Amino acid sequence: MLRDITLGQYYETKSKLHELDPRTKLVGTLIYLISLFMFTNAYVYIFAASFLLLCVLISRIPPTYMIKGMKPVIFLLVFTLFLNMLFTPGEVIFTFWKINITKEGVKQALYMGARLTLLIMGSNMMTLTTTPTRLTNGLERLMGPLKLIKLPVHEIAMMMSIALRFIPILMDETDRIMKAQLARGADFESGNLIKKAKSLVPVLVPLFISAFRRANDLAMAMEARCYHGGKGRTQMKPLKYRPADLLAYLVLILYMTAVVLIGKYL
Amino acid sequence: MERDKSKLKLAADHISYEYDKSGANRHKALDDVSFEVYEGEFVGLIGHTGSGKSTLMQHLNALLKPDQGTIWYDGQDIYEKGYDRKELRRRVGLVFQYPEHQLFEDTVFNEVCFGPKNFGMDEKQSELSAYAAIKKVGLPDECFYHSPFDLSGGQKRRVAIASVLAVKPEILIMDEPTAGLDPKGREELMEMILSLKESEGLSIVMVSHSMEDVAKLADRIVVMDKGHIVYDDEPRKVFAHYKELEEMGLAAPQMMYVMQDLKDAGFDVRTDVTTIEEAKEEILRIVT
Ligand SMILES: Nc1ncnc2c1ncn2[C@@H]1O[C@H](COP(=O)(O)OP(=O)(O)O)[C@@H](O)[C@H]1O
Ligand SMILES: [Mg+2]
Repeated sequence: MLRDITLGQYYETKSKLHELDPRTKLVGTLIYLISLFMFTNAYVYIFAASFLLLCVLISRIPPTYMIKGMKPVIFLLVFTLFLNMLFTPGEVIFTFWKINITKEGVKQALYMGARLTLLIMGSNMMTLTTTPTRLTNGLERLMGPLKLIKLPVHEIAMMMSIALRFIPILMDETDRIMKAQLARGADFESGNLIKKAKSLVPVLVPLFISAFRRANDLAMAMEARCYHGGKGRTQMKPLKYRPADLLAYLVLILYMTAVVLIGKYL
Repeated sequence: MERDKSKLKLAADHISYEYDKSGANRHKALDDVSFEVYEGEFVGLIGHTGSGKSTLMQHLNALLKPDQGTIWYDGQDIYEKGYDRKELRRRVGLVFQYPEHQLFEDTVFNEVCFGPKNFGMDEKQSELSAYAAIKKVGLPDECFYHSPFDLSGGQKRRVAIASVLAVKPEILIMDEPTAGLDPKGREELMEMILSLKESEGLSIVMVSHSMEDVAKLADRIVVMDKGHIVYDDEPRKVFAHYKELEEMGLAAPQMMYVMQDLKDAGFDVRTDVTTIEEAKEEILRIVT
């Protein structure tokens, strides 16, 4: 049931993209996202899409898997497109039942759709190829300088990594509890909204209890291993840039230059 | 093993199931599995962790739908159009592993009433049936209005089992009912399960990886390995394959090893002994 949501979950396989330093991928994703917002230009989107496709091919993640990952956001996407199409004033192409579809509206919707799709797929690319641990690790290192302004960088990163780690566990747990209550005759589908909300009590109560129990266990385990925050803490596998990362940064610079050139002159 | 087909209650017919149909490393949790439960019998299902026992159990009351094959209950295909699968869940009661994690009500009594009410019994019937179920699992009277969360681990588990018994199932499935209990809790629970076995017409399927527990109670033992059923026979016949069982990471009951050693040491004893009582008799037989 809930396991079908693949958005943002790590996909295990071996590839050049998986091996890259998480910092490279974080910066890369940021650059990619910026590039999507710099120009409203069809050629730029085509170029960005090809670049993403190239990354997908290198990452060895089946394209069908990527597309399946989009499922949960499709509703949002269609909804946005619809609003854009309906409420953009301009030259009317056709009308039905008092609603005017304008040329500008269609154009706007297409651009918006392309931008959103690439945005989600692009950031998905990062989480699919990077384990949560490495991702937060990279984030901690990138945000390092912010320690100077007294931002608890390590704590933020630790909280993020724990949260990320717990999402699949809690999803499994929800799945299991729901099944157990189904076996006792619970019914999550029929009835009106209030009845449906009420039917969630037998799921939510055990779920919260289990979440607190797990949090407690984790806190205990961390203390038993003398965890006391980030000060003086070293890592078993510190992040280190390798030649491939240099190459990746070069590719990113080339990509950005190309985007700027295409956006300005095409 | 010869059996009376007219007593067949539940049959999984060549079912296969795969959890993650798009993931990176796909494998079948169940691969062409056939499994039957007859009226009034006690089946022990054993297998290493990850062999697919829990997956199979969830198919038996339609919580999971097989990718291939189907399930028959009382001669009806449960995936036929219009089949009442909720009623099936009442008839095939499933107690999950660590069932105490699903408790949520404020009192033990309300917790046990949850099932009967869901399955459409009226207030009075539910309460009667809950009362009988709590008695059956051997919880003391003063527990009735306690919070289930204040009970001991073993008692919580009884509450969870009672909450399934209260819906009056025809088949009771228990997934590793003794897992994670201390030896005393374990023994008490096994005793309770033994008393359930005596109740009329109830078929019981008990999943376990403890051979001792299963050997004591089961009329029939089914062994699973890597999504397949490897053996399905009387306990002593299954345990005769103890070498193969060991290769699957399982072990035969310890008494079998004792008897084997005795035999190797030159005593003329039977080696198909599974429980301590049988072993005692056999040893007494040859020394007197
Ligand atoms: N909810 C789930 N999602 C994905 N895979 C699962 C899930 N539950 C079990 N599996 C996998 O299916 C296989 C069989 O598991 P399970 O039926 O739980 O075995 P057992 O109960 O014998 O320990 C295992 O390989 C396990 O990893
Ligand atoms: Mg299991």
